[in-house]
Amino acid sequence: MVTISDFAHMTAVEAVTQAIEKARSHTDFNAILSLNEERALERAVRIDKGEFTGRLAGIPFIAKDNFLTIGGTTTAASTMLQAFEAPLQSTAIEKLEAEGAICIGKANLDAFAHGGSTENSAFGPTKNAIDLTRVAGGSSGGSAVAVALGIVPFALGTDTGGSIRQPASFNGVIGVKPTYGMVSRFGVVSMASSTDTIGVLSSTTNDAELVMDIMSGQDSRDGTTLPDYFTPTTLETGLRIGVVSEAMTGSVDDDVRRAVNNSVEAMAKAGHTVERVSLSMLKYALGIYYIVVPAEISSNLGRYDGIRYGTRAQSESLTEVYGLSRDKGFMPENKRRIMIGSYVLSSGFFDAYYLKAQKARTLLINALNELFDQYDVLVMPVAPTPAFRLGENTNDPVQMYLADIMTVPASLAGMPALSIPTGTSDTGLPIGVQLIGKRKSDALLLALAKQLEEKR
Amino acid sequence: MTHISTDDVQRMAHLSNLKLDADEIEPMRVDLQNIIEYIGQLDELDTDNVEPTYQVTDLQNVWRDDVVNTYDLTTDALVGLAPEIENAQIKVPKVL
Repeated sequence: MVTISDFAHMTAVEAVTQAIEKARSHTDFNAILSLNEERALERAVRIDKGEFTGRLAGIPFIAKDNFLTIGGTTTAASTMLQAFEAPLQSTAIEKLEAEGAICIGKANLDAFAHGGSTENSAFGPTKNAIDLTRVAGGSSGGSAVAVALGIVPFALGTDTGGSIRQPASFNGVIGVKPTYGMVSRFGVVSMASSTDTIGVLSSTTNDAELVMDIMSGQDSRDGTTLPDYFTPTTLETGLRIGVVSEAMTGSVDDDVRRAVNNSVEAMAKAGHTVERVSLSMLKYALGIYYIVVPAEISSNLGRYDGIRYGTRAQSESLTEVYGLSRDKGFMPENKRRIMIGSYVLSSGFFDAYYLKAQKARTLLINALNELFDQYDVLVMPVAPTPAFRLGENTNDPVQMYLADIMTVPASLAGMPALSIPTGTSDTGLPIGVQLIGKRKSDALLLALAKQLEEKR
Repeated sequence: MTHISTDDVQRMAHLSNLKLDADEIEPMRVDLQNIIEYIGQLDELDTDNVEPTYQVTDLQNVWRDDVVNTYDLTTDALVGLAPEIENAQIKVPKVL
């Protein structure tokens, strides 16, 4: 893998050229959907001339293809948006560019970020960086693999229910999901507005911290952004750490439990107080998530009707234009989620499903808050297993959803969480450990992650 | 246990503005049945007297001045995104 400092001594043109060449040599992973060589080199030349500079001057990166970028397509890995060229850029990209970073291309994802394996992409699955027969995880699978292959030092992802943390774990990189509202969502294809977050995948914690520092902050174009609060920090004293018992039962892969336990031991050795804690609401988190999120998806994806942008099916009837454009433009998983959303919001079922789930969400948040009265950080696996085989779960949506069971709690509560590599399975597959903090404790989580990284 | 029928699938597709192919219906019915069965586990929870959570920021009424900001975008650039345009307007099939 590569780090930001590996590129710092190169000219911007050299850095961009190296990253693009490397991307072209790894097409068999299908991690990258498009390269924007022309615009990247143009910006690199201007940086080398000294026209502008910054903390990331000349550093190449890749964005998940649901971030709007200028000078190429933003497809969300869907047929619906396969030719869509955005008229503006997301705030996150603008902030990174203002510091001199150069977006060289766009990474593959599950279409509209619906999925946990990057197999739902309209442009084919991304393969795991360590084992081509296994999934990359998802939905930010392309971003994780691009970092794991050493193409770029960091890549942007989105995390609605685990879409940064889980592929980070599956490919052995760091994945950071911030507190909901820390980073502007403006200019990113909306999925579930109450849990969508913007974060980073990288090879080192230092790099992740720098990128999050740059992207964070209130944005007048996203009314849900919080007043600025993120400041990198260091650990002054031992932390109180709770390991969630319900996430370490026999239903979790042995290798995963062993890897997580190793990292828990490292935390204890580093002087932190580590205890087992109970989160009995954990088993309901996925049920809550797969009501709330499809409901929000069904609303957010209502805009794709083939009229104002995207792919339009031909028909004499307007209703058929809508219906056919959406049928052809969406992947089966998109349709499943939209239809579940319509169902749980529909008259007669609203109270039984949607309202029930939002109340259960309160119970989950209360349970987490109670734990955070006593602990600074909660520890869980990122996923119950290492990367599974391509095709293993594609015929069983519920089985696929179960891969998200450890990551959805932080999403539903708007809490920060990150995944850091902590070991490998017997067969050499990467395994990450998940650290979860109370809202706005992003800097503390990164400081702990940095300490664990140094101890490895 | 909630049973999802083919009619339910058609109704959900209609509400979702999706015109499914005939061969999509049955696999979709099975998937939706399984998903709805799974999410039904929330019935085990007592949620009486619990307030729902719709958002997690604690922010309320984020105001801004009522001033138009075009963010350097032109009307042409935005209308130009549409699949069919005529005389700088988005073209759609006959509505009436």
